[in-house]
Amino acid sequence: MKDQVLPFEKPVIELKSKIAELKKFTSESDIDLTSEIKKLEDRLEKLESEVYGNMQPWDRVQMARHSNRPTTLDYINEIFEDFVELHGDRLYGDDEAIVAGVAKYNGTPVTVIGHQRGKDTKENIRRNFGMPHPEGYRKALRLMKQANKFNRPIICFIDTKGAYPGKAAEERGQSEAIARNLKEMAGLTVPIICIVIGEGGSGGALALGVGDHIYMLENSTYSVISPEGAAALLWKDSNLAQRAAESMKITSYDLNELGIIDGIIPEIRGGAHRNVAEQANNIYETLQKSLQKLTSYSKDELLEQRWEKYKKIGAYTTL
Amino acid sequence: MLKDFFSKKRKYATIPREEAKQDIPEGLMKKCPQCKQIFYRKELNNQLQVCPNCDHHHQMSAWERIHMLFEENSFVEWDRDMISENPLEFPDYVEKLEKDRQKSGLNEAVVTGKGIIDQYETAFAVMDARYRMGSMGSVVGEKIARAIENAREENLPFIIFTASGGARMQEGVLSLMQMTKTSVAIERFSRAGGLMISVMTHPTTGGVSASFASLGDYNFAEPGALIGFAGRRIIEQTIREKLPDDFQTAEFLMKHGHLDKVIHRHDMKRTLSILLEIHQPGGES
Ligand SMILES: [Zn+2]
Repeated sequence: MKDQVLPFEKPVIELKSKIAELKKFTSESDIDLTSEIKKLEDRLEKLESEVYGNMQPWDRVQMARHSNRPTTLDYINEIFEDFVELHGDRLYGDDEAIVAGVAKYNGTPVTVIGHQRGKDTKENIRRNFGMPHPEGYRKALRLMKQANKFNRPIICFIDTKGAYPGKAAEERGQSEAIARNLKEMAGLTVPIICIVIGEGGSGGALALGVGDHIYMLENSTYSVISPEGAAALLWKDSNLAQRAAESMKITSYDLNELGIIDGIIPEIRGGAHRNVAEQANNIYETLQKSLQKLTSYSKDELLEQRWEKYKKIGAYTTL
Repeated sequence: MLKDFFSKKRKYATIPREEAKQDIPEGLMKKCPQCKQIFYRKELNNQLQVCPNCDHHHQMSAWERIHMLFEENSFVEWDRDMISENPLEFPDYVEKLEKDRQKSGLNEAVVTGKGIIDQYETAFAVMDARYRMGSMGSVVGEKIARAIENAREENLPFIIFTASGGARMQEGVLSLMQMTKTSVAIERFSRAGGLMISVMTHPTTGGVSASFASLGDYNFAEPGALIGFAGRRIIEQTIREKLPDDFQTAEFLMKHGHLDKVIHRHDMKRTLSILLEIHQPGGES
């Protein structure tokens, strides 16, 4: 698969291909360009840290949407052992926009749930582009309750543009399904850890997002509406998405500053897709610390702290 | 039966002076958006803003609703002075808030408090779509969460009338998180055995529909109210299909099993009263 190049990283990619060209030339001819290559490699190192060290909100939006960005299943395969996927909401059907199942994390049984995008058209159609119907959220809730019964921690991966805006979704109660998850998750007495790995789009993301610890990958986003949608609503012009991405405060750094998340999980330079195994390892380590802390609390403490956590989110004053 | 209701109602439908100022009609007459007939505002007021011709339920202000339901002088308002900040420093947001404050006489899009319906004391939250389309920002979320907490602490039922276009864009992800805050509050309240009744009025959409509005022990709606998660236009664009006229109406939701009942406004107080009675500890003695 050809690597998708994002506009802001073009200079890096161009320099990389130039280096590759020179290397090829050197190996095929008698002219030695080793010192030139070395120079360019030094420049690349500098350029990369410049470009990826100064990513703007819009760059991160594009990174979060990168076609090769690792998905929930990619991370499940790297992080957990013995994953057994479980299907269906027992009411209507099985929504493949959400995957869920039991697995082991470092030997400990856990329940893992996440939005699942596709990486190509065929898989995206099967996964409905990671945009769930009510049955997806109801499957998630069914398995969270199972986790609660058997006292297993729950780990949620958030990666969706939003709940699917369709006719059938409304008929089957999209609002109710999301609302119920918010309420029921609040009352589960096992640790819940949520990690935004790509796009965290609105209520459809939130429905897997009520937890004790919330983390975001460095280049993920979490927002009430997509930048395009915000631009259309606020300024009647979806071309102003870049500006909306900045003013809506949707990056991991913004949410950390607003006190909504518990931490940022650093990304591989150039984006998580550059090295899935290494990225998964960063997540693994965050999970380890988080689980260690959360499993030390009693059920009552978990519920109380969850309330305290959400109670304080908001900005208001009095006249 | 209807006559009964009105003769009874008139006794305590007088609006205290302070709120009366806020509800001065712009004109003497009002056109029904549904049947296009023109009515005296006074006539509509007497009918609780229900069209005498076509039964269309006009939108009501929060205070009109409170006066319709609660005994005169029985209610206490909570957190009246809480106002929004501008956490994302959105241009014009503060001005817009101020403008709606002037227009509606409200400090935010929800009025919370407690009062007495017939003889039953209950906590309430009533949203008002005239203020920023009833959108939910930090203040709306906080006031509703606090009202639920108060209900829990004082052992009162909680009734909410929703009217909202959803999350408030200008507060970004903070407004999204109010969905969670209110839902966590409801879970605590519910776990303590509290009774919650949700009445969805026109319109109840987006993040409000996908949180507290759908979380009552009883979920009701007024006739014809627009209720749904995604906007009609967005759905039509997504599925490239024209949607039926009744799509996302209260009746549509009822048909698909998402509502306990669609309640005519003229029957609202009586129905709520019956449920409050049924939920009295030990029943009526
Ligand atoms: Zn009419």
